[in-house]
Amino acid sequence: MDTIYALASAQGKSGVAVIRISGPRAHNAVRALAGDLPEVRRTSLRNLRDGDGGLIDSGLVVVFSEGASFTGEAAAELHVHGSRATIAAVLRALSMRPGLRPAEPGEFSRRAFENGRLDLTEVEGLADLIDAETEAQRRQALRVLSGALRERTENWRERMIQAMSLLEASIDFAEEDVPEDVLPEVRSLLLALRSDLHAELAGSAAAERIRDGFEVAIIGPPNIGKSTLLNRLAGRDAAITSEIAGTTRDVIEVRMDLGGLPVTILDTAGLRETGDVVEALGIERALQRARMADIRVVLSDGTRLPGVEIGPEDIVVRAKGDLHEGSGAAVSGLTGAGVTELLARLADTLSSRVANAGLAVQERHRLAIGVAVAALNSALARLNDEAEHPEIPAEDLRRAVYALDALVGRVDVEQVLDRIFSSFCIGK
Amino acid sequence: MKHEAFDVIVIGGGHAGCEAAHAAARMGTQVALITLDATKIGVMSCNPAIGGLGKGHLVREIDALDGLMGRAADRAGIQFRLLNRRKGPAVQGPRTQADRTLYRLAVQEILAERPDITVVAGEVADLLMEGDRVRGVVLADGSEIAAASVIVTTGTFLRGVIHIGDVSYPAGRMGEQPSNRLADRFSALNLPLGRLKTGTPPRLDGRTINWEGLKSQPGDPDPVFLSFLTAEVTAPQVSCGITHTNERTHEIITRNLGRSAMYGGRIEGVGPRYCPSIEDKVVRFADKTSHQVFLEPEGVDDPTVYPNGISTSLPADVQAEYVHSMRGLERSVILQPGYAIEYDYVDPRALSLDLGVKAIRGLFLAGQINGTTGYEEAAAQGLVAGLNAAQFVRGREAVHFSRTDSYIGVMIDDLTSRGAAEPYRMFTSRAEFRLALRADNADQRLTPLGRAIGCVGESRARQFETKLAALDAGRAHLAGESWTPRELAAAGFKISQDGGRRSSLDVLAFPDVRFADLVRLNPQHGETAGEIGEQLWRDALYAKYLDRQTRDVETLRREESTRIPADFLYEGVSGLSAELQQKLSRVRPATMAQAARIEGMTPAALLLLLSRLRAPRKLRDAG
Repeated sequence: MDTIYALASAQGKSGVAVIRISGPRAHNAVRALAGDLPEVRRTSLRNLRDGDGGLIDSGLVVVFSEGASFTGEAAAELHVHGSRATIAAVLRALSMRPGLRPAEPGEFSRRAFENGRLDLTEVEGLADLIDAETEAQRRQALRVLSGALRERTENWRERMIQAMSLLEASIDFAEEDVPEDVLPEVRSLLLALRSDLHAELAGSAAAERIRDGFEVAIIGPPNIGKSTLLNRLAGRDAAITSEIAGTTRDVIEVRMDLGGLPVTILDTAGLRETGDVVEALGIERALQRARMADIRVVLSDGTRLPGVEIGPEDIVVRAKGDLHEGSGAAVSGLTGAGVTELLARLADTLSSRVANAGLAVQERHRLAIGVAVAALNSALARLNDEAEHPEIPAEDLRRAVYALDALVGRVDVEQVLDRIFSSFCIGK
Repeated sequence: MKHEAFDVIVIGGGHAGCEAAHAAARMGTQVALITLDATKIGVMSCNPAIGGLGKGHLVREIDALDGLMGRAADRAGIQFRLLNRRKGPAVQGPRTQADRTLYRLAVQEILAERPDITVVAGEVADLLMEGDRVRGVVLADGSEIAAASVIVTTGTFLRGVIHIGDVSYPAGRMGEQPSNRLADRFSALNLPLGRLKTGTPPRLDGRTINWEGLKSQPGDPDPVFLSFLTAEVTAPQVSCGITHTNERTHEIITRNLGRSAMYGGRIEGVGPRYCPSIEDKVVRFADKTSHQVFLEPEGVDDPTVYPNGISTSLPADVQAEYVHSMRGLERSVILQPGYAIEYDYVDPRALSLDLGVKAIRGLFLAGQINGTTGYEEAAAQGLVAGLNAAQFVRGREAVHFSRTDSYIGVMIDDLTSRGAAEPYRMFTSRAEFRLALRADNADQRLTPLGRAIGCVGESRARQFETKLAALDAGRAHLAGESWTPRELAAAGFKISQDGGRRSSLDVLAFPDVRFADLVRLNPQHGETAGEIGEQLWRDALYAKYLDRQTRDVETLRREESTRIPADFLYEGVSGLSAELQQKLSRVRPATMAQAARIEGMTPAALLLLLSRLRAPRKLRDAG
């Protein structure tokens, strides 16, 4: 097993940079650079020297022993001054050591997984946590990292195995004193399970939004102040504004953190009938993105917009609130009037949507749960007609369990038999 | 005295031993079958039945490889029943009540037909060893028999101890001596030994049972046989009776629990959960006030009745008391008290997939000695050991069975990769490819393999070819004709009118359609013989699932084909927990698929193993 190293903190200049080393030679490498091996798990100040004895930097060194580190291997961290030159010098010194090589992307996590420190869902949670930009993303990633999805999956699996054991008992112990008709119980178990899986799938859309962000499209007729509003929200001139109607042709995106939720605001071309080919393309694109967005903010001057359906959760506000008097909520990108209220309303709407966010964050999770639901549906369909062939729904259940196992572990017929033996009196 | 040399020696004349001897002989080797008492060859020492769920599958597989158990059981069959008849064909198991005497005689006859099997009466006291290789056996009288290979099938005889209440004494079976010197030899060879127990019920005199008013269970009107070769019933047919335990029975047992060998703490071996003693049932399922007891006749001319469901290690006087508390048994006479037997077994993780002992070349183990229970499980192992002992003698490659092709493969894989924490019995739920591994297609799964290795005789081969040709023709016929929705509706099939044309094979896969219904589409199908049509229907019923399973089978085959070298060093594979390292070093899985089934194995650990296997150079660098 190679020993790997990499810069663990962000690339570029910083106050402190952390370099991580993991593998059987990690401690040797520390000894070579720092002169000795500091006590395990205790930050120690050391002078770090290259192979020729030249001083590179003075920094903190932390050493972890095998079985008690993130990767599960012997590991170490070097906290050095975060200049490009210092980092480069430390990495160069490490690269000169035999048996050490730079880590591949994700290799530390991979080793943590291979050494059983993290399961698959936890690895994914970790990746998301590292990528988290907003509070909601951080919370969600941390929940997955701490094994919440695994626990939930274990619970589903447990109940599925319970149903399987009932079916299998009716098959393998037909001659014995097992309950005559297990089907009603199997059915009710599966129905409850299916509704839980459905709920998880429903929540996964919100979870995905937390992970990948919401889209909010600003739409309205030309020259009504959409780009000015966007610039106000962005706090910079992200979009070109002018007095000329139809200035915005492409969709302009600005990412922001709204009450902890990641949101991308889209500025779109003003909607109107036009003979200009380029503008028409822009409008087509605007409509397309607006339809796909989670929420539309409509800047209105009272006229109807062609080609867009306004949903109940969409927000319609009077445009250029600084110029025109009128009733209802108004907003002005120019003065900032009404912007705070608009943002509060957006944040409210979005957070109510993530209130029921599930843990199935990844496409992979959703696929696996989807396969399990399909298998449950097939089993339930079979169980409804007399169950002349219980081995067929049993096969469906086996498939459903495998699907869940793809998330975390693997099924074991002994577990099914264990369940049978602990519940029934078998044997004659 | 020195005997002439044999190729293969089989120790033990039980179900494993007989099947092993016959299989080795079919493979063309000279076999010596050594047993204490030649008249006891083929004795059924427990319940008088062969087959059942999972077990019937095993017997059909043995039969598909031209073994003897199915044929002998059919000759001795006095009541044939297909279990799970109301469920699907994949989980139906043929079973027969067998006349104890007829069965024993049938086995002895079939063995006697083979001139290449020599029966030797005697007690094996020791193995002849030469380094790590077995060279033959030493009998108790000091004489030696040489052979290139030895198969040990000593059942419950290794340090066997019988318990009846507070009375215990060494025995291999009721009335027979245990084999303790052989057990000592195994200890000396460092084979990992464990202790198991099993029990039997008291045997009753059927003439003293009041059958009046007891429910009776007859056989099937259209018997399904255990052998593919059997065409008709030969023995007279009987019915079984059914009675029940009651609250008084349970009260008697509870009151006397302290006198039970098991509950009195005199038994340390682990018993099978699925065949619990009546004490166990009463204690563990205290809320049940009644348990079913089948009264199974042991033979046509034999008054002995086997009360299936009340095995026990209570003292004889308590057995009499609780037996008499049951309806119909009030005045019954106990011919032989029930007893529990404890015995040594060899942890089967010490064996390879060919049932050879990993550490000793030429030595094979089969049957209860490997921690299994049941005649069928024993016989199937005997078959595998017999085939492989012959292959070994000839210097040919071992014959392996896979989870994807047979229950035999499932069992051997389970045993060699997981061991036997309790006596191992076959269930259909152990087979993940259950829908494909049916009793009715055992011949299609295994007879070609048997032909290839040479253990299937001419007449069976011919019969199989005929059946296969009929199946292929039938399938081609069904696939080759198709019908419009309108035509199907006209013939009375329920179908939506929007679909395209369906072949007859598709129609057969509809729910509630049986083969005979196809005659409404094409009268020619009336000519397709019963069993062929039935089998086409069974394949169609599961077609959708079989396609999916085929993909799983391919995955498993890939894993199975990734072999792990026998000398692979698990120690020092960093990332593998110390516990897993130890487990893997002990089990030494032959393939990745086997490694995956070791308890506690994680997907991560598998990934790690796989990466080591694929990059052997890296491993050395890691040093």
